[in-house]
Amino acid sequence: MTKDNSEYLILRGDNTYEVVIGLEVHAQVTSNSKLFSSSSTTFGAEPNTQVSLVDAAFPGMLPVINEYCVKQAIKTGIGLKAQINKRSVFDRKNYFYPDLPQGYQISQFKYPIVGEGTVILDMPNGQKEVGIERLHLEQDAGKSIHDMDPQNTLVDLNRSGVALMEIVSKPDLRTPDEVSAYVKKLRSIMRYLGTCDGNMQEGSLRADVNISVRIKGSDKLGTRCEIKNVNSIKFMQMAINYEANRQVDLIEEGKTIDQETRLFDTKKNETRSMRSKEDAHDYRYFPDPDLLPLEVTDEFIEKIKADIPELPDAKKKRFIDQFKVSAYEATILVSDIDTAEYFEEVVAKMGKNQDIKLAVNWITGELFAVLNNKNLEISESPISAKNLAKLVNLIKNGTISGKIAKTIFELMMDGDKDPQIIVDEKGLKQESNPKALEALIDKIINDNREKAIEYKQGKEKLFGFFVGQAMKVSGGKANPQLINDILKKKL
Amino acid sequence: MSDITSLTLTELVKNIKDKKISSEETTKAFIERGEKSRDLNVYITEDFSNALAKARSFDEKPNFDLKLPGVPMAVKDLFCTDGVKTTAGSKILNNFIPPYESTVTQNIWNEGAVLLGKLNCDEFAMGSSNETSFFGNVQSPIAKGLVPGGSSGGSASALAANLTPITIGTDTGGSIRQPASFTGTVGLKPTYGSCSRYGIVAFASSLDQAGPMSKDVKDCALLQEIISTYDDKDSTSVDFKRNEYSKELTNNIKGKKIGIPKEYRVDGMPKEIEDLWTKGIEYAKDCGAVIVQISLPHTNYALPTYYIVAPAEASSNLARYDGVKYGFRSKGENLIDMYEKTRSEGFGAEVQRRIMIGTYVLSSGYYDAYYLKAQKVRKLIKNDFDEAYKKVDAILTPSTPSAAFKIGEKTNDPVSMYLNDIFTVPVNLAGLPAISIPAGVDAKGYPLGLQIIGKAFDEQNILNIAYAMEEKISFKNKITEWWIK
Repeated sequence: MTKDNSEYLILRGDNTYEVVIGLEVHAQVTSNSKLFSSSSTTFGAEPNTQVSLVDAAFPGMLPVINEYCVKQAIKTGIGLKAQINKRSVFDRKNYFYPDLPQGYQISQFKYPIVGEGTVILDMPNGQKEVGIERLHLEQDAGKSIHDMDPQNTLVDLNRSGVALMEIVSKPDLRTPDEVSAYVKKLRSIMRYLGTCDGNMQEGSLRADVNISVRIKGSDKLGTRCEIKNVNSIKFMQMAINYEANRQVDLIEEGKTIDQETRLFDTKKNETRSMRSKEDAHDYRYFPDPDLLPLEVTDEFIEKIKADIPELPDAKKKRFIDQFKVSAYEATILVSDIDTAEYFEEVVAKMGKNQDIKLAVNWITGELFAVLNNKNLEISESPISAKNLAKLVNLIKNGTISGKIAKTIFELMMDGDKDPQIIVDEKGLKQESNPKALEALIDKIINDNREKAIEYKQGKEKLFGFFVGQAMKVSGGKANPQLINDILKKKL
Repeated sequence: MSDITSLTLTELVKNIKDKKISSEETTKAFIERGEKSRDLNVYITEDFSNALAKARSFDEKPNFDLKLPGVPMAVKDLFCTDGVKTTAGSKILNNFIPPYESTVTQNIWNEGAVLLGKLNCDEFAMGSSNETSFFGNVQSPIAKGLVPGGSSGGSASALAANLTPITIGTDTGGSIRQPASFTGTVGLKPTYGSCSRYGIVAFASSLDQAGPMSKDVKDCALLQEIISTYDDKDSTSVDFKRNEYSKELTNNIKGKKIGIPKEYRVDGMPKEIEDLWTKGIEYAKDCGAVIVQISLPHTNYALPTYYIVAPAEASSNLARYDGVKYGFRSKGENLIDMYEKTRSEGFGAEVQRRIMIGTYVLSSGYYDAYYLKAQKVRKLIKNDFDEAYKKVDAILTPSTPSAAFKIGEKTNDPVSMYLNDIFTVPVNLAGLPAISIPAGVDAKGYPLGLQIIGKAFDEQNILNIAYAMEEKISFKNKITEWWIK
């Protein structure tokens, strides 16, 4: 059964509206140097310390394409199952702004490096295919800082010239949940490929959201508004929610929607008009005469293809086949490359007599809870895959109970301690000797005769009481399965 | 020994290598003459004391294996020179000192030359008379009140007036060849991609090319082999086999086929230009060349095409001069006001005109009709040359449709000014090499040049033809030194 988020409809009077969403995702290319210069791209450096003469647009400076960034874009294109264009062209997008030193951004307008592709989303009610329109390479601008000086706007050019991939989806998205799943999937694919770190806090991944509404069932697209530069999935969802309702309200009031660019105000949770179509910039695109058309050979593309790692969709399929995990579990495990790698390491370290189901439960349960709590990535996990594997094995072979395991898990977090050592040091080994347990149970029955009689007379709920007593007396170390068996026999 | 400043580069180098003169003496001679010639207004920036210091240091540890051992020279102020003000003839770069060196000038210093200073030019190389410079117009040494041509007008004047033994200019639509023609000197526009554009203030990136200007063809060949290098800092630089042009220079051009394009016989062409061309054809025949009549059918469209493509690129290339990062900035009420005031006050009228033309032709709704159409015509013009070169080895035309004109004569008539480039712009649009050599004078005694256009990367061939014809023409520039008091 699925919780039905598959439809996101807005009801007004007799009308039912659906929302049509397309995304332009700006993903910073993982690369040590910029798209057309050799300056460093490290995040968080002192302002204006990673700026070359090219980035600052000094007279006579010329752009030279960074081959690595081209490879990264092609790699991403392959990950999106997209057409790789052997010939693409860099254009100049002309506009004036202080953080745009050249007075133009070098981008790809008519002939992008990557053409149409697809991304598959795992939604609760099944898979959904989202079309990719194109992916092109472009330069990022610098940063204008308006709140550091009371009189002046300051400009930091560290980001100026950093390579971005603009990934444009088709208007295939219909709900805020799909938008979330799409951005996560895109990010996951790029992290697998190592082409974008997807870090939204640092601005490595941001999106322009195009939204229109129409009466459900119509196949005509409504007038769209573009919400610029939204930098978190939550804000995207909030913006869509606000904007879709705003558009429906306008239509219901008999007004028309202006095609315009809007901003999302995260504090007020509303979108505001930035500029209308009439005031839209005329960017005067034309091919950059400083750069030749970008031509890549089949061999060049094939070489990159040979380097493509197993991607989320393929990995998911393999996990289901190889480890017999459920589709749901597989989706969670492959959603992030580090999680998938952690999981596979746990499996490998568990050795022959492995309980994968148990391992998955521990990863997605206890471990995820801890990571979430401490706001850590799995790559920063306080418990290594090796030690988690040991813990699962200790449960599996009956050395400890699941309950004790939780105690041990807490202790392991202090310096990634080996669970076996904790068991030995604290004497937490499970009591699985039937004779010892029988003696223990005999004593409990003896001490609680009346309750034993009540149980025998049919008060079956009391069985739990005896189990609890056994665990309490044994300090939690009694093997629960054996306790059950013996109790049933003795009572 | 005769006046140092009147020697050709080749003679000068020989004298220095033979230790007949030192670099310091040579440099002093050019400086002294430069100081006496300020009425020509060729220098935007004199770097004389540094030049002397560099010359002395060369003399202390001379290296005569270099091709330009301690030779002083001045360069067009469009080349960025490390630590020396570079203005591009504009107020907007009036205070700009680059912390880097252009590849072309670096190549020159690497061969031992010494910078004398930066030469006047039209603002951002936009002009054909050196009258658009923020630093005032340049006088031609040929006659008082005469333009030296442009945009490399300061370079041409300085060379003709013996203020530098050799120089470099840039040529986007004729800016080397036209001033060379006006001043009785030699100027080569190399094939696009031959000389690096790195560190040259850009005018129109797909057309700009640096090139040598000299007193004779041999000097021109020598400087070309020095400045032309493959440069990975310029994506349009081409990695082809470059000759040692001066070593391989020969006057044997027997059997070379030289094309005469009928479309260059334009309406209203003065008779003296017509005669010069006819004379040129005779000289070429005398040298053993075979004359072939050819057609370049799209020639008529070259000028309008050029005046769409070049301003379009310029409008974008000059966007960086916005008062934010370097150069001139005007105070404004707000950002837009600052931009508008900075660019209105920082750029001169001709530059503003071209920025506006360029912005217009790239605007949405006009792009297809102007810019895209112009690019298509450009391709047709290139095809014309490709077709012609199936039949001939080079093409001979006049360099300009007239001799030099008076200062102020055409300043209010931009179209008539643009017509000056009618024979030179097709070459830039096609990316070909072409050389202008002095070949005669008009009725007033003002020099006239002939242009030899070559196949792409075939600089050696046109240098050879120019070398052979130069011998036959034996042109002598008559300079009266009217400006020296």
